[in-house]
Amino acid sequence: MTLHEFLYMGGYAAFVWPAYGLALVVLVVNLVVPHRRERQTLRQIARQHRRVRRSG
Amino acid sequence: MGRAFTAILVRDLTLALRHRSELGNPLMFFIVVVTLFPLALGPEKDILMRVAPGIIWVAALLAATLSMDSMFRSDFEDGSLEQMLLSPHPPALLVFAKVLAHWLVTGLPLILVSPLLAMLLYLPTEALPTLLATLALGTPVLSMVGAIGVALTVGLPRGGLLLTLLVLPLYVPVLIFSAGAVDNAAASLPVAGQLYFLAALLVLALTLAPLATAAALRISAG
Amino acid sequence: MFHWIHKYGSPKYFYNFSRRLTPWLGGITAVLLAVGLVWGLVIAPPDYQQGDSYRIIFIHVPSAWMSMFVYMIMATSGFIVLVWRMKVAEAMMRASAPLGASFTFLALVTGSLWGKPMWGTYWVWDARLTSELILLFLYLGFIALQSAIEDRRTAARAGAVLALVGVVNIPIIHYSVEWWSTLHQGPTVTKLSAPSITLNMLLPLLDMALAFTIYYFTIVLKRVRCELLDSESGSNWVRELADDKGY
Repeated sequence: MTLHEFLYMGGYAAFVWPAYGLALVVLVVNLVVPHRRERQTLRQIARQHRRVRRSG
Repeated sequence: MGRAFTAILVRDLTLALRHRSELGNPLMFFIVVVTLFPLALGPEKDILMRVAPGIIWVAALLAATLSMDSMFRSDFEDGSLEQMLLSPHPPALLVFAKVLAHWLVTGLPLILVSPLLAMLLYLPTEALPTLLATLALGTPVLSMVGAIGVALTVGLPRGGLLLTLLVLPLYVPVLIFSAGAVDNAAASLPVAGQLYFLAALLVLALTLAPLATAAALRISAG
Repeated sequence: MFHWIHKYGSPKYFYNFSRRLTPWLGGITAVLLAVGLVWGLVIAPPDYQQGDSYRIIFIHVPSAWMSMFVYMIMATSGFIVLVWRMKVAEAMMRASAPLGASFTFLALVTGSLWGKPMWGTYWVWDARLTSELILLFLYLGFIALQSAIEDRRTAARAGAVLALVGVVNIPIIHYSVEWWSTLHQGPTVTKLSAPSITLNMLLPLLDMALAFTIYYFTIVLKRVRCELLDSESGSNWVRELADDKGY
């Protein structure tokens, strides 16, 4: 299969590539969102803890 | 145990009858929704006849869902729900009584008025007994299964809309088989299979739904 | 065995266990995905009837399988929540819902994109797509219920009831929709059937299915960590962890 054939997908490129593209988006978003959330939560708890310790 | 059941049933019916003005609401809604369709689709007999089973059943579904919210709310708000759950009687039984009362007041009128609506939509008279049968079998399922959703959302401030979202997917099998049966009846095709399936759903709902509802009530109000 | 359950049921242990496991799972996912993509997009030959458009099944079918699989896990976790009230099970159930909904959404859209070249319309009321749509509503309802109830533990128990009621309903819904679909089928067959599946096509399909499964476990474990951090935020081990990692 040549690169051209690969991209062209027998004429169905307009359907195949958005499908795979969407799959990529879904997989990446589901990876990134919890990753950031975990970091944010830890940061938040650390900050609160520091505040408590300082005032305690 | 039977006395507790009857007591709750009578109590709920009495309470409902005291608010007679509210009794008519689900019924009016049912009629109004059905009336909207000819206005939207045009008055042609052929078109309306074709979609009549579907319209009547969707309208019944919506009317049931809308009326569902009142099932436990007033008892929840004044604390009597908690008392019921604390009582020595099996909560599933009390739930059954409440749902039955609710159905008698909201579901049964729909069944009684449906021949009128069937006429308005030109549903062939051969299909009428099947329509009544599907409503008789199906509306109790709607009440029983809907009660689970109500129990899950009774404590929530705007639970009504969430209730709809939770409960409508569960209603799909009833809708499919009921409307399908009436469609078949209108075309003089056999309906036994669909009716048996609806009966099976009814039995399943009658046995399992009160348990799930009681569990949900304990979570929401307990 | 109870010792095992007790160990993994402890939020702290599970958190650390998850932390250790996810990099490996992530690596395996990446490899499986790479292999599957090359296999499915390049190596597998075009279909006799559907040309290259059939390659969408390598996303569509695994997504659909995952949408069901994840719901089963949600329902099982829900059962554990109701019977044993395990916090880790609560986290597992809550964490799975968005993933399940994502897979369902993906199955629907890819099914639609596959449908267009096949039958000329973006949406077809065929049995599988219709069932997937209803499944999406079940997921969204679950997620909505979780966010509507403030107390986490109450929300989890309510969600568990909903998930279990849903699981009883899913076979009923599938059967009903199948029946409905055959009843209303036109003269042309509208089933989204995979092409007569040769080994060339089956193997990349299975690889992608496995890739999606391992991906699910990777991400759900990540999400469970987030849930546990939220629910256990007051406890010492979380505080110490945050001091260590939160900057």
